[in-house]
Amino acid sequence: MSAHFKKKSAGTKQEIPTASMPDIIFMLLIFFMVTTVLRETELLVNVSIPQAEAIEKIDQKRLIQYVYIGPEKLESGGLGEPAVQIDDAIVRERTNIRQFMYRALREEPRTIVSMRVDRDVETGLLYDVQQELREAEALRVNYSTTREAE
Amino acid sequence: MPLLKKRVKRDAEIPSASMADIAFLLLIFFLVTTTINADKGIYMQLPPPLEDTEPPEINQRNLLNVLVNADGQVLIDNEVTNVAAIRDIVKRHILNNGREPQLSTAPDKAVTSFKTKRGLPYETYIAVLDEIKSAYNDVRDDASRQEFGAPYGEYKARLGDDEEDVIAERYPLKISLAEPDPD
Repeated sequence: MSAHFKKKSAGTKQEIPTASMPDIIFMLLIFFMVTTVLRETELLVNVSIPQAEAIEKIDQKRLIQYVYIGPEKLESGGLGEPAVQIDDAIVRERTNIRQFMYRALREEPRTIVSMRVDRDVETGLLYDVQQELREAEALRVNYSTTREAE
Repeated sequence: MPLLKKRVKRDAEIPSASMADIAFLLLIFFLVTTTINADKGIYMQLPPPLEDTEPPEINQRNLLNVLVNADGQVLIDNEVTNVAAIRDIVKRHILNNGREPQLSTAPDKAVTSFKTKRGLPYETYIAVLDEIKSAYNDVRDDASRQEFGAPYGEYKARLGDDEEDVIAERYPLKISLAEPDPD
């Protein structure tokens, strides 16, 4: 009786063809290479951005110039006074913002300034920064927010 | 003659077995360093610097003044309201078409002015701005649905490069960010 139930498929090899593996991997690789933005700035200020509903996506990442505003991270681990960070450094002198944006605009006239502002920062500081942006004629501004959770 | 026979033919091939490994290594590197998400947010246009342009004259009834104090209390055209009510008031203002005497005469003339005290937390600032922007989005969505049978976002995506965005033209986004008074 038991002979009837013997497995028939003893002879064939069971292997997954791996010849196309490098191609698949390369395809993934190229996708990630294209979508990658390598340099992530190290944040010197603490920023937790607010939520909003009526938001738009900005696709052209190359046009964006980030401005971070939030309480400064202190070496002791605590949080200090609100400060403004552009690129890798904290900007102490407000007029430097104007110069920086002026230069950025000369290089790329379509620059969009994306404000990543901590939700507890008072808007007075934001107005001061915007005043500098206006002086530099960097008028395209994006208030960076996350989508509101339903 | 026997000398020639000694030459063994070798295959001139680059070993490709490790190709997948190299690709994997690169892939993992890019996987780790990638940030895909595009920046999202509320897009605004700042007013130009004051020296070179005179602020345009605006008919008082076309101007909706939204004032927010440091505690997040809202005053719209001298009436106290709250953040949640802003959207409806702004919508009424845009779509008034001269009906109510204190609101706008036409959608393309309506301006919403937004002014806050310096002490207002940024979160509330965004919440109010979000409501105003949502009001405009709602108005555009409704108009687009009625005329083109699709929400404004879809209609805009369908537009060609040289086609005019009639909805945006009819309901232009006129939000003015006013300078705060020094306090």
